[in-house]
Amino acid sequence: MTDQADSSQLELLPKEEAARSRSSRNGRATAQIMASQQREISVSEFFSRNRHLLGFDNPRRALLTGIKEAVDNSLDACEEAGFLPEIKVDIKQIDEDRYLIRVEDNGPGIVKSQVPNIFGKLLYGSKFHRLKMSRGQQGIGISAASMYGQLTTGKPAQIISRTKAGRAAHLYEIQINTTRNKPEIVREEAIEWDSPRGTVVEIEMEARYLRGRQSVDEYLRQTALANPHLRLIYSAPDGRETVYENTAAELPPEPLEVKPHPHGIELGVLMKMLQATQHRTLQGFMTQEFSRVSVRVAKEICARAELSANARPRNIAREESDQLFKAIDQTKLMKPPTDCIVPIGEELLLSSLKQSLNAAFYTSATRPPAVYRGNPFQVEVAMAFGGDIEPEGALSLMRFANRVPLLYQQAACAITRTLVDTDWRNYRISQSSGALPSGPLAVVVHLASVWVPFTSESKEAIAHYPEIMKEIRLALQECGRRVAEHIGRQRRAAEAERKKSYIQQYIGHIAEALQEINGDTPEATRQVADDLQIILERSRS
Amino acid sequence: MNRLLNQIEKEARSIRDKILKRQKPSMRFPLRNLSNVKFDAKTGFFEMGRKTKERTLAVSTVKTFAQSLKMIALSKNLIETDDIATKREAYYVAKGWGEEVGFGDQTESDTVLDDVEALFLVNREQLGFVPEEKGGEVAGNLMVVDHDRDSGEEIPIDCTRFGSGAYSIPISVEDLRFESDASFVLAIETAGMFQRLVKHNYWREANCILISMGGVPTRATRRFIRRLADGLDIPVYAFVDCDPYGICNIYRTLKVGSGNAAHINEFFCVPKARFLGVTPDDIENYGLPTHKLSEVDIKRIDDALRNDPFVQHYKKWQDALLQLKKSGYRAEQQAFAVHDLNHVINTYLPEKLEQAGAFLP
Repeated sequence: MTDQADSSQLELLPKEEAARSRSSRNGRATAQIMASQQREISVSEFFSRNRHLLGFDNPRRALLTGIKEAVDNSLDACEEAGFLPEIKVDIKQIDEDRYLIRVEDNGPGIVKSQVPNIFGKLLYGSKFHRLKMSRGQQGIGISAASMYGQLTTGKPAQIISRTKAGRAAHLYEIQINTTRNKPEIVREEAIEWDSPRGTVVEIEMEARYLRGRQSVDEYLRQTALANPHLRLIYSAPDGRETVYENTAAELPPEPLEVKPHPHGIELGVLMKMLQATQHRTLQGFMTQEFSRVSVRVAKEICARAELSANARPRNIAREESDQLFKAIDQTKLMKPPTDCIVPIGEELLLSSLKQSLNAAFYTSATRPPAVYRGNPFQVEVAMAFGGDIEPEGALSLMRFANRVPLLYQQAACAITRTLVDTDWRNYRISQSSGALPSGPLAVVVHLASVWVPFTSESKEAIAHYPEIMKEIRLALQECGRRVAEHIGRQRRAAEAERKKSYIQQYIGHIAEALQEINGDTPEATRQVADDLQIILERSRS
Repeated sequence: MNRLLNQIEKEARSIRDKILKRQKPSMRFPLRNLSNVKFDAKTGFFEMGRKTKERTLAVSTVKTFAQSLKMIALSKNLIETDDIATKREAYYVAKGWGEEVGFGDQTESDTVLDDVEALFLVNREQLGFVPEEKGGEVAGNLMVVDHDRDSGEEIPIDCTRFGSGAYSIPISVEDLRFESDASFVLAIETAGMFQRLVKHNYWREANCILISMGGVPTRATRRFIRRLADGLDIPVYAFVDCDPYGICNIYRTLKVGSGNAAHINEFFCVPKARFLGVTPDDIENYGLPTHKLSEVDIKRIDDALRNDPFVQHYKKWQDALLQLKKSGYRAEQQAFAVHDLNHVINTYLPEKLEQAGAFLP
């Protein structure tokens, strides 16, 4: 995170600061002035310079990001602790550009000692050497949200937490101490709270509430869709309350933690791992910190890198990490284990989609797990067709990564690309070339992985790995075929109906003409009409 | 008429009985086009072949099936009440059945009528339907004896006494009687040429009967000329434009009938008719102004050579058509005016009639 921040620092220099630098002699900053400014970079400055990376680049998105971080945290916490999550989201408008967000869960609560850590997460690196499918990967933590709130309103974030029924509930106010660059608990008191367990996060922030495709409403709707075990109650600023009931009565199985596969490691990460490892030998490091590296394979890698298996990892980090990296790349390895991925599942995805949308036809497909660059992943697709879905314009696409809705950067995402590159006319769905298919179609694409490859830090678009796109395509095609079958059935039924009413128009005339000529009785004529109907409905053409 | 009513009822019964057995009913029509006619010079007309088309009731045919049956029912009613309906009237009657069974335009209803006519192998007049089309016009040395409908009194009509006008051929000519000492009948394509010949009393000079066909002769005109020629035992000469339409449509239909109503050709054509002109040779011999053959003209020539049993029977006609095609030009019968308005009367017709034995068949 910090690396990223540094690289983009220059272009994001706030205007006043730039003006101030130029106001000095000859319009140029002296080295002294620059040095003094560099020393003064604080948490708040760091934040304001990087707000676009953290999802707070405009008031509308800030509201979404704030809610998203809190909800993702709650979900992760509930799942880790094994509680079926029930989350209440409440947004209140305080002033024209000021909103109070409140997210309450029934999770395990937070013990006091953890509170500053959770809210200080922004400043610490995450655990990069352990891989586990989780939402947190996308988040930059609730800390960023509370910091944003504090910076835009001056008000601290409020946390209410109770860890166990019977214990007291506590209210904490968290503030960033800008001189010490650290979050601190500025107020703490035991309070009355009617929930037996859980956490409430309240942040007041500068924000803007708008409905539409990239709104909080949409994020929550899609979150409920991708998390069938979640019961979600949402009170919008305009007073509307929406309840998303859970369609699953059980938590999804907990994803297993896996060690990284050597083929999924980048050089920089490898260097950090070499630096941080407890193991004393390269062989020990290779076999213990990675998956699919046996002693034999570790020796093979060391030989190829012309390194001793007994070399100290820390030394290699400095000198020969590049050699090691190349050797790993050239060594054939077993694919990583894939049982660490927990998909939503075809059935749950289907029932969840049914609850979310009123359509005429639903289908879903979960692909078997696959691997890109040493990272296991799994793709799921669900589709809904017809019914209340808007028939005009492009389809409605819902993208998810590890159950988190991706609302921004649709055009840059591998999911969108794959969708555009698939020929939907094969599936009786209209599509102009180079565009998303159109029609009354809703498509859900979920990528679950221990490491979701995003195109950038904003983590809204999935990178274009061929392996991932292939799996997405296969899942789309599988669902597409079933949708096409449905459309075919529908058309045949409409055709049969059309045929029936067409026939109906003439039966009377034929029967009548025959009656006129033959002088038959009305009963006989009715019989003729009935039989005619049967004969014609049987006939194919 | 009773025989026809029986036929109609029999057809309707068989359709009803099929339906009641839950089988698809069908109607079998003779195929009405040139591919289903034979030409035999001995009989002298297009005889209907054995090819038929079956209209089986199905979703795609239900509309025409209903229309045909309604039309048959209408016909039965016309016969029973001794009434008639013009083809146009029949089209409007069908409009009254309801929008779904009505016809888009009259050509559709005419086709169904023609089908029904062929189904029972009768002339549509027998079914009570009369054509809208006007018959030809007659002038010259001929007394037509008609009857007053009410009193039955004979009405003699002297075709020499229409001045610059003419006698109109009625729709039904079966009851007419003829008296004449004319030596031939001249059947003319255009009303314009007919006018010229009438105006100058050409019929008197040539001792003939002039008939204007006005394009392809109607059934009544064909039947009129046939009865005239047979009754008076005089030759019939056709005088038409020198183009594929004049030859292959007007003349051919006059002489051997049409492919469309082959079941009645036996009576509705004039096998003894001969082709006076204008021939491809005439164009050259008389220095006639020409027009380029259009694509349609050429297609018509090719079509006649390939599909018309009449043309295929006569080598002379094949040669003439090929000659026409090769020259690439056609000429109209009124083109003689290039020399002198009455060139046709004073020069062309007398010269041609002298060699009547050499006329194209």
